[in-house]
Amino acid sequence: MSYQGKKNIPKITSDRLLIKGGRIVNDDQSFHADIYMEDGLIKQIGDNLIVPGGVKTIEANGKMVIPGGIDIHTHFQMPYRGTTTVDDFAQGSKAALAGGTTMIVDHVIPEPGTSLMEAYDQWRQWADEKTCCDYSLHVDITHWDDSVKQEVDNLIKDKGVNSFQVYMAYKDYYQLSNSQLYEVFTFLAERGGIVQVHAENGEIIAEEQARMLQMGITGPEGHVLSRPEELEAEAVFRAVTIASQTNCPLYVTRVMSKSAADIISQARKKGNVVFGEPITASLGTDGTHYWSKNWAKAASFVTSPPLSPDPTTPDYLNTMLASGDLSVTGSAHCTFSVAQKAIGKDDFTQIPEGVNGVEERMALIWDKAVTTGKMDENMFVAITSTNAAKILNLYPRKGRIAVGSDADLIIWDTDSVRTITAKTHNSAAEYNIFEGMELRGAPLVVICQGKIVLEDGKLQVTSGVGRFIPCSPFPDFAYKRVKARKQLAVLRAVPRGMYDGPVSEFSMSRGGTPSASARTSPTKQPVRNLHHQSGFSLAGNPAACGPPTPDEVPIRPAGRRIVVPPGGRSNITSLS
Amino acid sequence: MSGYQGKKNIPRITSDRLLIKGAKIVNDDQSFLADIYMEDGVIKQIGDNLIVPGGVKIIEAHGRMVMPGGIDVHTRFQMPDRGMVAADDFYQGTRAALAGGTTMIIDHAVPEPGMSLVSAFKQWREWADSRSCCDYSLHVDITEWNSGTQEEMETLVKDHGVNSFLVYLAYKDIFQLSDSQMYEVFSFIRDLGAIAQVHAENGDIIAEEQKRILELGITGPEGHVLSRPEEVEAEAVNRAVTVANQTNCPLYITKVMSKSAADVIALARKKGAVVYGEPISASLGTDGTHYWSKNWAKAAAFVTSPPLSPDPTTPDYLNSLLSCGDLQVTGSAHCTFKTSQRAVGKDNFTMIPEGTNGTEERMSLVWDKCVVTGKMDENQFVAVTSTNAAKIFNLYPRKGRIAVGSDADLVLWDPDMTKIISAKSHNLAVEYNIFEGTEVRGGPLVVISQGKIVLEDGNLHTTEGCGRYISRKAFPDHVYKRIKARSRLTELRGVPRGQYDGPVCDVPVTPKVISTVSSVKTSPAKQQQQHQQVSQQPVRNLHQSGFSLSGAQIDDNVPRRTTQRIVAPPGGKANITSLG
Repeated sequence: MSYQGKKNIPKITSDRLLIKGGRIVNDDQSFHADIYMEDGLIKQIGDNLIVPGGVKTIEANGKMVIPGGIDIHTHFQMPYRGTTTVDDFAQGSKAALAGGTTMIVDHVIPEPGTSLMEAYDQWRQWADEKTCCDYSLHVDITHWDDSVKQEVDNLIKDKGVNSFQVYMAYKDYYQLSNSQLYEVFTFLAERGGIVQVHAENGEIIAEEQARMLQMGITGPEGHVLSRPEELEAEAVFRAVTIASQTNCPLYVTRVMSKSAADIISQARKKGNVVFGEPITASLGTDGTHYWSKNWAKAASFVTSPPLSPDPTTPDYLNTMLASGDLSVTGSAHCTFSVAQKAIGKDDFTQIPEGVNGVEERMALIWDKAVTTGKMDENMFVAITSTNAAKILNLYPRKGRIAVGSDADLIIWDTDSVRTITAKTHNSAAEYNIFEGMELRGAPLVVICQGKIVLEDGKLQVTSGVGRFIPCSPFPDFAYKRVKARKQLAVLRAVPRGMYDGPVSEFSMSRGGTPSASARTSPTKQPVRNLHHQSGFSLAGNPAACGPPTPDEVPIRPAGRRIVVPPGGRSNITSLS
Repeated sequence: MSGYQGKKNIPRITSDRLLIKGAKIVNDDQSFLADIYMEDGVIKQIGDNLIVPGGVKIIEAHGRMVMPGGIDVHTRFQMPDRGMVAADDFYQGTRAALAGGTTMIIDHAVPEPGMSLVSAFKQWREWADSRSCCDYSLHVDITEWNSGTQEEMETLVKDHGVNSFLVYLAYKDIFQLSDSQMYEVFSFIRDLGAIAQVHAENGDIIAEEQKRILELGITGPEGHVLSRPEEVEAEAVNRAVTVANQTNCPLYITKVMSKSAADVIALARKKGAVVYGEPISASLGTDGTHYWSKNWAKAAAFVTSPPLSPDPTTPDYLNSLLSCGDLQVTGSAHCTFKTSQRAVGKDNFTMIPEGTNGTEERMSLVWDKCVVTGKMDENQFVAVTSTNAAKIFNLYPRKGRIAVGSDADLVLWDPDMTKIISAKSHNLAVEYNIFEGTEVRGGPLVVISQGKIVLEDGNLHTTEGCGRYISRKAFPDHVYKRIKARSRLTELRGVPRGQYDGPVCDVPVTPKVISTVSSVKTSPAKQQQQHQQVSQQPVRNLHQSGFSLSGAQIDDNVPRRTTQRIVAPPGGKANITSLG
C-alpha cells in the first residue's frame, strides 16, 4: 500500500487515533466527548479515556464531529458509448473524501440483455482497484425476464446488494413497462430489496423530443423543454401506486422538481413507504443555465430528470429535506468532459447526461439548510449519512458515531467559507455546475477507515483501500412496516354456492384471462396493503379483529337504504 | 312520424303547441316566474301574459319548477359485448331516460379494434335513429390508433358532428392505448377542436392484479373490485391529466368512481388544467360493499369499471365535489346486462360483462342527495344535470337552457315526490336495479321532449324512432377559449448560439437513446417554415407551474439571466467555445 498525495509528502498516520474535545453529532443528539479509534473502528467514547501511549491526538476544540457522509448515488467510471465518465473510482472517491463523504454507493448499469452478475463483477473489479473509501453498489435492472430474476436473487443472497433501480424513462432502451414494474416490485418485496426508480415518463419524453427537434430546437434548452417536471411527477405518482399495490418499499432517485417532491410527500402522508433522494444539483442550482449562450456551459447541466427552470426549486427541496418529506441526499455524480458532451452538439438528445456534486454535497446542504436555520446539525447528519445507512441496512456500522461503528468521521468547520470553482475542485471535469458559489461550512479533518485523509487542507488518499460493504436484505428502516402490513391484509373470497341460473351464449373473441386456469387453493395467504392508502379499511371489518379463520366470513354491511331484497324475477339463484 | 306507443295507455293527442303557465323557470344562473310557449319543438316565447294562438294545450305549473331537460352524457344502450347485446336497447333506454326527466342522451359508439370508426358510427346511428325516443348524440371511442384512425376522426368531426372521443387506459390488449398513443391522440384531438375523454384505470396493473386474485382462488364479483383498487384509477387520471397538459388538450374523465380520482381532478383544476370530471348515477348513489353480497347475481349486477368504491362514504364525497364545482357533469354510464348475461362470468369475475343502470334514476338521485340535503341549489342542479354538459359538448344554448329559441326539452319538477326505486317498477329490461330500495325525494311531474308531452300523470307516451341525431360542432367555446389563449401564449424558441467548434469525443454511431426523429432533421430554411407553423400550433400548457417559461421567451432573444451568485465565468480550461 502506498500513499498517494498529489502535491504532498506522504505523512505517517497511525492506526490509533484520539479526537479530544469534540462535540459528537449524531442524528438524534449532540454531546461533548472524546473518541478513541483503533483498526478502523471506534473503540471508546467518553471523557478521560484510557488509551495506549503514543496515539495521534487531534484536538477538536469543541468543533462538531459528525459521521462521515454517505453519498448514496454516484456514477463513477461509467461506460458511455465506448468512453467512460472522466471521474473514475479513484478520482471520484477522492473528491468525495475532500468534501467529507466517506462512503459512496455506485450504480451498476448492465447493458440491456447482458448479465447483471457480470456487470456487477466488472464494477466490483473497477472499484476494488481504485476506490479510496468504502463503497457499496446498487444494481440497475435494465431488462426483465426469468434469468434476470434469478440473478437478482443471487445478488441479494450472495453478493450483498439490497437495492435495485428500474427506469421509467429511456424508451426502447432501459425503460420497463408498467407490468414489468409490477413484477419487479412484487419480486423485490418478497426478497427484501429496495426498489429505486428513475421516475420520468419515457413515452411522453420521446414524443416531446421529437416535437422539439422538429421545431428546430437542438441545443441543451431542448433537454429541459422536452422533459417538463410534470412528467417527472407523473412517473413518481405511478411508481408510488405500483409500490403501494405490491406492498414494496420505494426509493425515488433524483428528485429534481417541486411537483415530484410534492407527490412523495403526499404519498408519505397517506402511509406509503417511500423515500425521496434529491441530489446536490437539485439542491444547489437550477435549470435556467440551459439557456446559457455558452453551449459547453449549458451542456454541462444536462442530466435527467433535468434541473428545474424554476429558480425557487432548490430552496423548496431543501425545506422538504428539513421537514423529513425527503429522506436522503446523493450527488448522482456522473461527469463528462466538454468533448464528450459535444457528442450532442447538434442534437440535445445525444448529450451524455450527468452532473458533478459528490465533493460539494455536504457543504452545499450545510450552507443551504443549516446556516439558513431550516434544519439543525442532527437533521443534517440524518439526511447526509444516517438515513442512507439505515436504508442500506448498514446502520449502525455506518451513519453513526458509536462504539463499534466504523471510524468514518469528519470534524466539521461551520465557519469556513469556500468558493466553488472548477479550478480547484477534485473532479476531472472542466466545468463545475456550482461555479462561483460561496459556501459556508466545510470539513476540517476527514477520517476514513480510522485514517486521516484530510487535514490542514491536505488530502492524502490511498487508491484501492476502499472495501466493498455488503448490504443485507430486509432493512428494518423500510421493512418493519411492510412486514406488519403483509400480516394485516388478507384477501378472501366470498363463499357462495354455485350459480345455477341460465347463462347467455357468448363468443370468446376478447377478454380471456390466460391465468384463469392456474388457480390455487384459497388457503394460500394473500397479501395486500389496503390499510394505509385509503381511508377505508378492508381489515377494519368487525369480524376480522384477529387473523380470521376461513369460517369467519367477512360479509360487508349493505348500504343502509336497501330495504327489500333485490329483484322480483324468478330466474336467480338466491343463496342468502 | 310513427304512431304513438304507450304500453298500457291509450295514445293521446298532444298538440305541437304547448303553453306552461305559472312556472318557476330554473336555469343554471337564475330562477324566475314566467310562462313558456312552445311551438314545433322550440321555445317561442317566455314572459307574462303571452299572446298565444287559441286552442293550445295548457299545462298549469302552479309555481312549480320548470327546468331544462336532463342530458345524460354517458350511455351505452344496445352495446355489443362478445356476441351479446346490452339488455336496454335505444328504445328501452331512452324511454327510461325520459321517465326520469332526461331528454337527451349521448351514447358511446364503440368500434371493435380493427373496425372502422366511421362504420361503427354509422352502425350506431342506424340503431339509434330507428329506436331512440329522445334526441341523442354520439361520442366515438378510439380503440386503436393508426394513421387511418386519424383520417376517420377528421371525417367524424367535419362531416358527422362528433366532437368527443374516448380513449381507454384500461382493458389491456383490447382497447388500451399506450402513453405515446394517448399523447398522439390528444395532440390530434386538440388540432381538431374536440374533447378527449378518458376511461381512466391502469390496465397493466389491473391485468397483474386480476391474475393474482384468480390465483388466490377468488373468482366471484368481489375479485372485480379487489383487482381494481381506487389508487389504480387515480393513477390513470393523474397520467391523463399530465399528457393533456403537455398537449394542451381539454380532458374529460368519464366515470369518476372514487374519492382519490376526484381529488386528482380537483387538484389539477386548481393548477389550471382544463379538465372535467363525470361522476355517474352509480358512484353518486351507491357503493361497492355489495360486491361482497352472498347473492352472486346481485353482486354481479354492480360490476362496472372503474368499480364502485367499497368506501361507503364515497357517494357523499362525490356529491359534495359536484356541488362545489370540482366535478361538473353527471352521466349514468347506463349499460345493463341480464343476469344470464352476467353469468358468463360466474366462475371468473373478469368475464362478467360490465355496466350498471342509472339513466332513469340520475336526476332524482342527484336531487335527493344534493338539493334535498342542501349541498346545492336548484340552479347548480340544472348545471350539473344539463347545462354544463351542453356547454362542454357545444350544444348550448340549444340544449341545457330555457330560453327563446332553445329546444323545447323541459321538465316540470316536483321536489316533494317520493319514490322507492325498484326493479319491479323501473322502465328497464333487467332483473336487478343497483339502487333497489333506495327512497328518493324529487322527480319529474311532466316531461316535454321536442315540444311534446312524454310524461304526464305518471304515464309515459314515447315514440320510437322520433329521436333526432344532434350534431355537435368542434371548438366548443366553454372549453376552447382557454385552450386557444394558451396556445397563443406559449411559444418555444431555441437559444441562438454559434456553432460549437471545440473537440468532440469519438463515439460509435449507435445512439444512446433511440430517437426516431434525429435522422429527419430539416434544413434551416425548412425550420423557418416550421417556426411559423409552431406559432399557430397550440403549444404546451405551462400554466400548472408557478414558473412560466413564456415570460422569458417573449422578451426577444435576450439570454436568460443566470442566478446571482455565479460571479466568475465558468471553466478555466481553454478548449471551450465562448460565445456569450
